[in-house]
Amino acid sequence: MEALLHISTLHYMVLSAALFLLGVIGVLTRRNVVIVLMSIELILNAVNLNLVAFSHYWQGIQGPNALHGQVFAIFVITDAAAEAAVGLGILIAFFRNKETINVDEVNLLKW
Amino acid sequence: MNPPVATPFFFYLLAGTMLMGGILVITRRNAVHSALALIAALLAQAGLYLMLYAPFVAGVQIILYAGGIMVLFLFVIMLVNLERVQKERQFNKQWLVGIAAAGALGGLFITIYTKGKGIFLDRAMPSGLEAENTQKISVLLYGQYMFAFEIASLLLLVAIIGAVVMAKKRI
Repeated sequence: MEALLHISTLHYMVLSAALFLLGVIGVLTRRNVVIVLMSIELILNAVNLNLVAFSHYWQGIQGPNALHGQVFAIFVITDAAAEAAVGLGILIAFFRNKETINVDEVNLLKW
Repeated sequence: MNPPVATPFFFYLLAGTMLMGGILVITRRNAVHSALALIAALLAQAGLYLMLYAPFVAGVQIILYAGGIMVLFLFVIMLVNLERVQKERQFNKQWLVGIAAAGALGGLFITIYTKGKGIFLDRAMPSGLEAENTQKISVLLYGQYMFAFEIASLLLLVAIIGAVVMAKKRI
């Protein structure tokens, strides 16, 4: 009970691992491309939560100026924005050509 | 120094919101419902950032993720939304393999958890760090991480051009 009520870095890591797993399940099983992209956002957010939690842990060791994890989280958010823009652009091009948004109907390169 | 009151309550509330949001994202039939659940999860995550004394990242999360990226998602859902897609099956043929792979990953996580949870020293989480958080992040961004910052701007430029080229009818 004490371990449950005393919130530590470990709690954030477990939450982040659970979210990462949800994202992986979404990417591997869904057919709708939009939901696959949203699952990728879930994965990136799990990583971000881990980074910020570790940044907080590291601040306890190195002092309040050790904010490298938070800076890295901002870079990951930048990446997520770029990925979402390009991915949704590809999705629109794909929809225009094939009239579908299911990933398993993208089989032009398969023989 | 007393620890903040009700921290476990808020942690579990926000964590529960995030997990429920995540589950709804990967199970809903309608993509708009998935997007709304994802927005709820992202806002809860911003609350967790505040609990970790990261107000700048929390603000960026709300403005950029919940405000920017999710609007882009909803816009694209509106463009490509098909009634037909909702009536088809939602999971691909390899869903069993996918679940098995995810289960293997979960087993790996549990193994790491049981074997490695002792290596963290249970130190008191520092508090009162939100003062000057933004200034400190900017000093790091424009100092030590200057090069990475510039590369990120280049990445965004490439992404803008790529998105326009991809979505354009004819080039």
